[in-house]
Amino acid sequence: MMTPGSEAELAEAIAGASGPLSIQGGGTRGLAVEGEVLSSRGLSGVELYEPGALTLVVKAGTPVAEVEALLAAQNQRLAFEPMDHRGLLGTNGEPTIGGVIAADVSGPRRIQAGAARDHLLGVRFVDGSGQVVKNGGRVMKNVTGYDLVKLMCGAHGTLGVLTEVSLKVLPKPECSGTLVWHGLGWTAALKVFCEALKSPYDVTGAGRVPQGRAGKSMTVIRVEGFEDSVKYRLTELRRLFSDLKPDELNIDAEENTHIWQSLRDAEPFRGKAGDVWRTSVKPTDMLKVTGQWDFEHVADWGGGLIWSLVPEGEDYRQKLADVPGHATLVRASADTRARLGVFQPQPAPLAAISAGLRSQFDPRGILNPGLMG
Amino acid sequence: MEMPSPNPAILARKGRLAERLLAVLPADAVIQDEAETRAYECDALTAYKCPPLMAVLPRSTQEVSEVLRICHEEGVPVVPRGAGTSLAGGALPTADCVILGVARMNEVLETDYDNRIIRVQTGRTNLSVSGAVEEEEFFYAPDPSSQLACAIAGNIAMNSGGAHCLKYGVTTNNLLGVTMVMMDGTVVEIGGAHLDAGGLDLLGVICGSEGQLGVVTEATLRILRKPEGARPVLIGYDSNEVAGACVSDIIKAGVLPVAIEFMDRPCIEACEAFAKAGYPMCEALLIVEVEGSPAEIDHQLGLIIEIARSHNPVELREAGDADEAARIWLGRKSAFGAMGQINDYMCLDGTIPVSSLPFVLRRVGEMSKEFGLDVANVFHAGDGNMHPLILFDANKPGDLETCEAFGAEILKLCVEAGGCLTGEHGVGIEKRDLMLHQYTEADLEAQLKVKDVFDPKWLLNPAKVFPLSVTEGRRAMALAAE
Repeated sequence: MMTPGSEAELAEAIAGASGPLSIQGGGTRGLAVEGEVLSSRGLSGVELYEPGALTLVVKAGTPVAEVEALLAAQNQRLAFEPMDHRGLLGTNGEPTIGGVIAADVSGPRRIQAGAARDHLLGVRFVDGSGQVVKNGGRVMKNVTGYDLVKLMCGAHGTLGVLTEVSLKVLPKPECSGTLVWHGLGWTAALKVFCEALKSPYDVTGAGRVPQGRAGKSMTVIRVEGFEDSVKYRLTELRRLFSDLKPDELNIDAEENTHIWQSLRDAEPFRGKAGDVWRTSVKPTDMLKVTGQWDFEHVADWGGGLIWSLVPEGEDYRQKLADVPGHATLVRASADTRARLGVFQPQPAPLAAISAGLRSQFDPRGILNPGLMG
Repeated sequence: MEMPSPNPAILARKGRLAERLLAVLPADAVIQDEAETRAYECDALTAYKCPPLMAVLPRSTQEVSEVLRICHEEGVPVVPRGAGTSLAGGALPTADCVILGVARMNEVLETDYDNRIIRVQTGRTNLSVSGAVEEEEFFYAPDPSSQLACAIAGNIAMNSGGAHCLKYGVTTNNLLGVTMVMMDGTVVEIGGAHLDAGGLDLLGVICGSEGQLGVVTEATLRILRKPEGARPVLIGYDSNEVAGACVSDIIKAGVLPVAIEFMDRPCIEACEAFAKAGYPMCEALLIVEVEGSPAEIDHQLGLIIEIARSHNPVELREAGDADEAARIWLGRKSAFGAMGQINDYMCLDGTIPVSSLPFVLRRVGEMSKEFGLDVANVFHAGDGNMHPLILFDANKPGDLETCEAFGAEILKLCVEAGGCLTGEHGVGIEKRDLMLHQYTEADLEAQLKVKDVFDPKWLLNPAKVFPLSVTEGRRAMALAAE
């Protein structure tokens, strides 16, 4: 394993590599490929944090926990609510901010605040030839040249290895409140999602887990902000659902954290046998995914994101062939992953563009080869 | 501003090209008469003009595909054009290019409130996208000042912002999918009504690529439910530093206004003379707007006012009703018109870290004296997006050049302060030659490689965004291959 201690050392390591490299942050997201491990953990630390400008610049190997603690001390946070994969995948280690960005990891608040890619202001990375490149910067608005920042976010290290990221951070709201329905079926849950998200009440979470505390499914809607405002909006939302009254109105801080973390981390599938698939669809297409097979599902993003627990080895993508969107195989045996591929294959013209980009940025094909196609 | 000299071989083939285009487009969609092509000789950066070889106005993705296939085969450069409102010269033609205008493609293809999306042809104007969903109380968030006229195609090309992006983000944060035609005529679909497109974030790199990677003909955009209400407060200070500190404190306090606008004294004076909004005469004015229910607005404004008071404002004006709110916005909204009354002006949009505001404003003031040209500042303070307006006289020999030199120095200052050359207008030709102040050649090379993949023959809007010296080899190679 190589653990360079600086960007220059990392560039040298890549330039001098003779075979495939498995790019690793904390190694918690189960995406390692065959090859010598190149870790970003040696690149750690905060370069700049300006709470009054809502900006943070950190080295890629900085632990997410460290970033979150730093922000929390100023009552700020990463609004895109990155998932922690450790419970679901049974991995150990310390998730890094570089890993979050490389995999564009976003949680329930994605529907309102945007994904990791929407909060990424700038990057520094080393491409497959060992060239250091910067793009974007540390300001909120920047259209100077092509937006490689977006391209690097979610590229899973296949176009370059991140060394530094600049992020937009946001104030942590004073209060968070959740409306809870017990035992709603999928159709009713979708109705709740759509009505809530069409309302002017700035909903920041909308999901459903198969088994909540009451032993029944639990459908949840979240609003955040100043306490009076949260109470007001929860009341208004409740009024909206005259024939579908919520069972609980929850503004307890600890319980709210628990509910949304559990949804964020697909907690209901933790330790349960089976492959875990993550499907991204048009929200109203949720029923096409949840309605047709007898699998367990967790829904997030108002129906736009569905986690499914599928019998081992099954090609779930084939079942979803008629539903626009894409399915990612998040948890499965190495065999299944090799056979089905982690990411959904793209249509030919897009696959050609992606392959073209990879060969431009990584001409020797050594950065996480095969991971994305 | 240097542009590549036209390729005589292409000029000589005009007749054949027109014939081929007329075979796939109706007669009224091909404009080749010299008098008529003049309508396309420039965009809103009117200092630079050049009539194109031809202009085409297709009505469908299929027609765009045919046009690009033919131009690709003929080796003719294509400059895509939305509504022609670019302030950066993004749609400036060369004499040997075909202007591909999407203005006739302005249909709404689908509105879907349950999924909070609208799908439109990209010639549709920004404001009319919001207009199409208004009756259901929805809106499309990015709101560039030119929103009445500018097209979604141009918004996507430049990744346009607006006054309200502190809360809602810019175009790229509100774009879910595109239908795009590649230079060789291939039609690709990226993303859709689902929230993340999958695979590499091609949508992310296409948005803001200034029409150099493909022609986007249809777009799926995120629409949002309108908030219950919005209300501004006007705060005046006797120094830019204090106003800057107030902005920073508001943000730190955890209030996230939808807009924080900043005007300096020259701008206040000009706006007041023009619009008579009743602004106080002071060094710096802030307009801070918040959204929500009446009670929520009261609460947030209460916090903002408390912070504002702690900095000893010379003026603090709350809007009691819609009329007073409109008066607060009146001056700001007429800022550009006010400047236009006084003089010709050049509007820049460099962005800086909010913490550098006082320093940068002071330096711009000093430089104004050095260059002998007045400058007024009006900008989106919450996100550091400056809009210095340099006043000059286009009829006075040398004034434009002095203005451009001054502008370049301001943009370099923005970069030195930790910011960037352009926050929302794009590079176009205007800032093309400054790119090496922000990026190294290696940084730019990484961007050029992206274009190599999407447009290997370098035919789409080839003379923009990057310094000509940096792209020379690639453009020459494309020419030689042809």
